[in-house]
Amino acid sequence: MTGAQIVCESLMREGIEVMFGLPGGAILPLYQVMPEYPQLKHILVRHEQNAAHAADGYARASGKVGVCIATSGPGATNLVTGLATAMMDSVPVIAITGQVPRGAIGKDAFQETDITGITLPITKHNYLVMHTADLASTIKEAFHIARTGRPGPVLIDIPRDVLTESADFVYPDTVTLKGYKPTMDGHGQQIKRAAKLIAGAKRPLILAGHGVIIANAFDELRGLAETAQVPVITTLLGISSFPEDHVLSMGMPGMHGMAYNNIAIDRSDLLIAVGMRFDDRVTGRLSTFAPHAQVIHIDVDPAEVGKSVHVTVPIVGDAKRVLHALVNEITPTTRLEWLQEIDELRQEHPSDRLRESDKLLPQYVLKEISDVTNGNAIVVTGVGQHQMWAAQAYTFREPNSFITSGGLGTMGFEVPAAMGAQVARPDKTVWSIAGDGGFQMTMSELATIVEHQLPVKFALINNGYLGLVRQLQDLFEGGKRVSVEYSHNPDFVALAEAFGIRAFRVTDKGQMRGAILEAMAHEGPALIDFRVEPEENVYPHVPAGEGVTEMLEGPSPETEGAWKR
Amino acid sequence: MEAVTDHTISALVEDKPGVLARVSGLFRRRGFNISNLSVGHSEVPNLSRMTFVVQGDEFVVEQVTKQLYKLIDVVRVNDITGDAMVARELALVKVKAAADNRSEIMQLVAIFRANIVDVAADTVVIEVTGDEDKIDSLFRLLKPFGIKEVMRTGRIAMVRGPASTGGKPLTANVDDHNAPDVEAVP
Repeated sequence: MTGAQIVCESLMREGIEVMFGLPGGAILPLYQVMPEYPQLKHILVRHEQNAAHAADGYARASGKVGVCIATSGPGATNLVTGLATAMMDSVPVIAITGQVPRGAIGKDAFQETDITGITLPITKHNYLVMHTADLASTIKEAFHIARTGRPGPVLIDIPRDVLTESADFVYPDTVTLKGYKPTMDGHGQQIKRAAKLIAGAKRPLILAGHGVIIANAFDELRGLAETAQVPVITTLLGISSFPEDHVLSMGMPGMHGMAYNNIAIDRSDLLIAVGMRFDDRVTGRLSTFAPHAQVIHIDVDPAEVGKSVHVTVPIVGDAKRVLHALVNEITPTTRLEWLQEIDELRQEHPSDRLRESDKLLPQYVLKEISDVTNGNAIVVTGVGQHQMWAAQAYTFREPNSFITSGGLGTMGFEVPAAMGAQVARPDKTVWSIAGDGGFQMTMSELATIVEHQLPVKFALINNGYLGLVRQLQDLFEGGKRVSVEYSHNPDFVALAEAFGIRAFRVTDKGQMRGAILEAMAHEGPALIDFRVEPEENVYPHVPAGEGVTEMLEGPSPETEGAWKR
Repeated sequence: MEAVTDHTISALVEDKPGVLARVSGLFRRRGFNISNLSVGHSEVPNLSRMTFVVQGDEFVVEQVTKQLYKLIDVVRVNDITGDAMVARELALVKVKAAADNRSEIMQLVAIFRANIVDVAADTVVIEVTGDEDKIDSLFRLLKPFGIKEVMRTGRIAMVRGPASTGGKPLTANVDDHNAPDVEAVP
C-alpha cells in the first residue's frame, strides 16, 4: 500500500468522514488516491487558513476531530492562524501537510518550509514522518494526542516521496507514549476538601469554561449548581455550557462581562473554576481579582492550575468525572441570602438589559435572532464588538451552541468556522454573526458554502468600522481615530448575490424580524446586511490592566431612555 | 515567596529529532531563564537526559516543570536542587605557556586535579572537571598567563545514594498522580 493510501486508510480507522483542504504539488499523491475512498468526503476550500478554521468549527460543533489538508510551503504556512486559534481554544484538529521530497529537505527547495518548526509553539504536538512504514502509527498517535487530555491541534508533515513509497499497512490498536498520560479522575481527597469548602462557603460562584463543553459535562455542571445552589458564571468559551434561561445562570464575567458578575466575583468567598484558565480578559488586574475568594480549580491541564491565581484546592482531571464525583460529596443546600444579594446586584447594574432606542442597535439584532431561533441555533462569531454583543444579548439554551475564537481572537473565523459547524451539524440552524471587518478577511468561502449547499445564515453586523478598535480609540485615546474606518465597503447584498447567496439589507429596526424570518425560511445560505448604528459601543468595558470592578458601565438609563429586559 | 535562586532540573526525554528545539523553544516563548543546559544519552535506550539550571522562584520552577511535562516527548522532570547531589561540569582551556611559566601552570593544574591534555610550543590545553565554582577559580588563577580559548559543557547532576535522579517526580501544587507513572518507564 502506498503512503497516500495508508493515510486514507488510517483516517477511516479514526472515523473521519470529512476533510477540508486545498491541494498542491507536494500533497498531490494523497489527493490522487482520494477517489478510492469515497467515505472520506473532501471539501475543497478557497484558502488554507479557512480549511483550518473549518476543521476547527467542525470539531467544536461535533465533538469529533477536525481534519484539514494543505500542501507544502505557502499551503502549510496558511494554516498557521487556524492552528494557533485551535491551540488557544483547545480544539482537536489534525493538519496534514505535504512536504518536499526527503532528499530536498533543507535545500530551500521550491515550496519548502519548515512547518514543524513554525508550528512548534502552536500545536499540541507535531510530526515530520520520514518513513512510509511509520505513517500508520504516527497518525494513530496524532489522533490520540489531539483528542485526549486537553485537546489541541496536531500537525503531520509528510514528504512527497513518503506518500508515494509503499509499506505494509498495520494500524495499531493502542498507543503507548511514555511522556503522555493525561489524568482523568480527580484526586479523591481533594474532591472531599472541595466539597467541604463548598459546604462552608457563604458566597460561592461557579466559573464554567470551555472544559465543561469539551468534557460534555453539562448535566454534571447543572447538578453541582442546583445541588449546592451556586450561581454559574460562564466565560466567553464557557457560554452554552449552562442554559442561560436557568435561574442560576449569570452570563459572562470580565472585560465585557456583566457588571454584576464582576462585583459578585469581587465579593465572593469561593470560586469553583471548572475547565477555565483565568484568562486576563476574565481576571483583569490579577492583584485585585477576587480578593476574598478561596479557589477550587478543576482542570485537565495541570499547567493551568496555579498559573495565574493562587489555588486553594487544585483538582486535576476531566470536568465530567470530577464534577460527577464532587456532586456525590455534596448535600443539597439553600443560599437565599447570597442569591438575593446577587439579585439586587443585577437590579443595580442591569448590564443584561437592552437600552431603548429608535435606532437599529446591533444588540437588537442579536436579541431578535435569539428570539426567532428560541436560543437553539448554533451561533458562530468572529472577533470584536459583534462577538461581545452575541455573547451578551443572545440567550443560549442549547448545550455547545456557541462557537467563537476566544483565546487567539481571530477575526474572520466566523465564515469558515460556520461552514465547518454546518457540515458537522446539518440538522441545526447555523448563524454566522459577522463583523464587516472580519467577514472581508475570509468571505471567499462563500463560494464553498454555495458549492456544498450549506444553509448557513449570515448576520453581518455592518458598522463600517473595526468597531472594537474604534471604541478603544474613542474611550482611551481621546477619540483619535486612526485606521479604523472602512469608508468604502462593498455592497454586501450584491456581493452575496454574486456568490449565489440570497441576501437582504436591513437599515431599520422594523425590518429586522421580517428579514431574519425570511432568511431562515430560505432553504439555502442567506445573508442579511444589518446597517447598524455605527457609533454604538460594547459595555461594560474594563480598561486593559485595570481591576474588573473598575468598569465603564455605559450610558445610564437617565440619559439614553429606559432600559428593557 | 521564595527568592530567585538557581534550580537544577533533570529531565528524561525521548531521543527524537527536534526534542531539543521543543524544550529550548518552550523556555524562550514562556520567558523562562536558563543559564545552563546539557544533553546526553541516559541509561535507557532511546531516552536522553537533559540537565538545566533555571533561575527563578518556586512558582517559576513549578511552571517550568508543568510546561515541560506538557511536551509529549518529555517523560519525566525532577527538580533535584534540594537533594544531595553531585554536580559537575567539564571545561577545556587553552592557556599561553612559555617555558618560563609552564611549571607554575603545572602546579596549578596539580592543585586543581586537572590535566594537561595538549602541549604546544607556547600553549597548553587544560582539562578540568568540577562544579562551577572550582572551574571559575582555576580560570581566575590562569587568567594572568593569558587565556586564549575556553569551552564549558554546562552542568550535569546526579542525586547521591541509591535513589534515582529521576525517582521523585516534582509536580508541586498538584497531586503526585499527575506525574507520569514511574513504573511505566523502562
